Amino acid sequence: MPLRYIDEFRDPALARAVVARIEAAWDGPPVRVMEVCGTHTMAIARGGIRSLVSSRVALISGPGCPVCVTPDGYIDAAIALGRRDGVVLATFGDMVKVPGTASSLEKERGNGADVRIVYSPLDAVAIAVAEPGRDVVFLGVGFETTAPAIAGAILAARERGVANFSVLASVRTIPEAMAILASDPEIRIEGFLCPAHVSAIIGADAYRPLAETFRIPCVVAGFEPLDILLGLAMILAQKKTGRAAVENEYARVVTTSGNRKARDVIGRVFEKCDAAWRGIGVLPGSGLAIRAEYGAFDAAVKHDIAIPASGADTACRCGDVLKGKIAPDGCPLFGTACTPDAPVGPCMVSTEGTCAAHYKYGVQR
Amino acid sequence: MTDTILLSHGEGGKRTRDLVRTLFARRFDNPVLAPLFDSGLLGHLDGEIAFTTDSYVVTPPIFPGGNIGKLAVCGTMNDLSVCGARPVALSCSFILEEGFSVAQLETILDSMKDAATEGNIFIACGDTKVVEKGKGDGIFITTSGVGVVRDGWRPAPGAIRPGDRVVLTGTMGDHQAAVMIARNRLSISSPIVSDVAPLSAMLLGVLRKFKAQVRFMRDPTRGGVGVTLNEIAEASGARFVLDEGRLPVSQGVRGVCEILGFDPLYLANEGKAILIVDGSAGDGVVGHLRENPYGVNAAIIGEVAEGKSGVFMKTTVGGLRAVDYPVGDQLPRIC
Repeated sequence: MPLRYIDEFRDPALARAVVARIEAAWDGPPVRVMEVCGTHTMAIARGGIRSLVSSRVALISGPGCPVCVTPDGYIDAAIALGRRDGVVLATFGDMVKVPGTASSLEKERGNGADVRIVYSPLDAVAIAVAEPGRDVVFLGVGFETTAPAIAGAILAARERGVANFSVLASVRTIPEAMAILASDPEIRIEGFLCPAHVSAIIGADAYRPLAETFRIPCVVAGFEPLDILLGLAMILAQKKTGRAAVENEYARVVTTSGNRKARDVIGRVFEKCDAAWRGIGVLPGSGLAIRAEYGAFDAAVKHDIAIPASGADTACRCGDVLKGKIAPDGCPLFGTACTPDAPVGPCMVSTEGTCAAHYKYGVQR
Repeated sequence: MTDTILLSHGEGGKRTRDLVRTLFARRFDNPVLAPLFDSGLLGHLDGEIAFTTDSYVVTPPIFPGGNIGKLAVCGTMNDLSVCGARPVALSCSFILEEGFSVAQLETILDSMKDAATEGNIFIACGDTKVVEKGKGDGIFITTSGVGVVRDGWRPAPGAIRPGDRVVLTGTMGDHQAAVMIARNRLSISSPIVSDVAPLSAMLLGVLRKFKAQVRFMRDPTRGGVGVTLNEIAEASGARFVLDEGRLPVSQGVRGVCEILGFDPLYLANEGKAILIVDGSAGDGVVGHLRENPYGVNAAIIGEVAEGKSGVFMKTTVGGLRAVDYPVGDQLPRIC
């Protein structure tokens, strides 16, 4: 019983052929390719792809898991809000286990906070409509992928006059982070496997300055095993001929200019800001803040709550993992003090975190 | 009868008596239950006695393909069957929340009766309590089961050895996917129904024919095939290598999992069993299972290999990865 657009991209014979292409394309030392996006990290681990290409490609996992790069100060602010009377925290599911400095949403829920898991920001607006006596705060975490949905929810709430809905925003943009990583000589990135869903919004052209400035091949690839293998083959082919261009393997979804409607919605509600990335630091212009005219829907303004700078001080090396400087097992806490069951760092918390992926699917353990 | 359950249905007076007699005893009627003694007297049982218990708290109580009552009877019967025991008698204990619909309760009880009849087990005793509104989730059921092992078969995880085959009796994840869709009222139109079913006849049939060539059986309920195999690996020290391309999953469940980001390996099943069988018996066992309506999609999904204990998977594209315990529920993700 084949599923269209899925089984074709997991075909064993085609996979063997693409692996052969990867092997034929390059015979130097393994090329250091960063997969930026957390869904790629998970798909690579789940498909056992490292074991197929390790002689040609050294895959480095990047910072593209929104949960992982959310500073603990943000979680602390959310927890503080959740402790106020009448507040409902609505969140995507993978935020509930993320540790703040002293607690997590999961623990707070056990202590009586009203934390609800939703699939879409609009579900949080629906809760606000259904329960007018409660103050619903949506934890608006994400990249360009979730930003349009968050912005859409704010626009919907304003249009319908839903005054008891607001968003605690923590939205980041990917290309700015990639530029910082590309310029770091310690990481030495030789190729970018660019995110699939983010690119569907921002378009493949968004990586052009990166490719040109840093002379790094950038290939947008989908999330299926064959997408990833083909993307790697395309990076190696560029490497072999000394090119550094933006190419798009995921043309069935991603265009050069992206989704204009989604970008317009983002632009109406958000404006660029500097943003803190957990483990990495503040990156100029890498965040999206809610515009002042939508202040009534900005939980930080409405509830007058500050998002403190991060404070947790542990031996956790998530920052170096997020930057691709070490593999997860290079961290002294990995698999011992820090496991998916009792995560210390954010990379172990999210199902898409690099450490969680290594822990869950790693064969070496 | 009233339309809904009232607190007075649990207070021991006339209402309790009416509830027990008209709804429960009449449906489950059998010579052991009929006298309504304080214990069901089972008579002499010939063979080793197997005894098990389980509680059922599913929301919603009625879902596509079944309901909490069918689940409570089949689940406990299946726990007996995978230990090689012929199910004999069940207890069932109900905790009802004030305000629960009597019509729904009747649907649930009808299913319990049907499942018990199909599984050739009788309900020997029971109990009902009613809790105040807000103190329960409609209905909770606890069943305990007694069974008899006749042919001397015992689960033997220690006998699992390299070359053995891992057999799954059908598709993965149907139960949890069906409940998940019903619970979250997801706007997904799907033909997915729970696989909840009594497996005793099918599994005991396999044991009669293949005896000790079947090393071990377990029903992959909570945590699904992924967790159950990890448990078996832990108990036996075996190394299981699954073949991703041979894992049976219905198209509906695959679609839902792709959309929601779930892995069918970790979704609960209520009408499936994993059998670890001797390498020479793998095809025979699958053939035998496929003759039963609950085993038509049975397949060899992997084998026991030499090497470090654990569960691994050969992926469709040719890689190898670990299959570990999941932590907590699978949750909807950000992207």
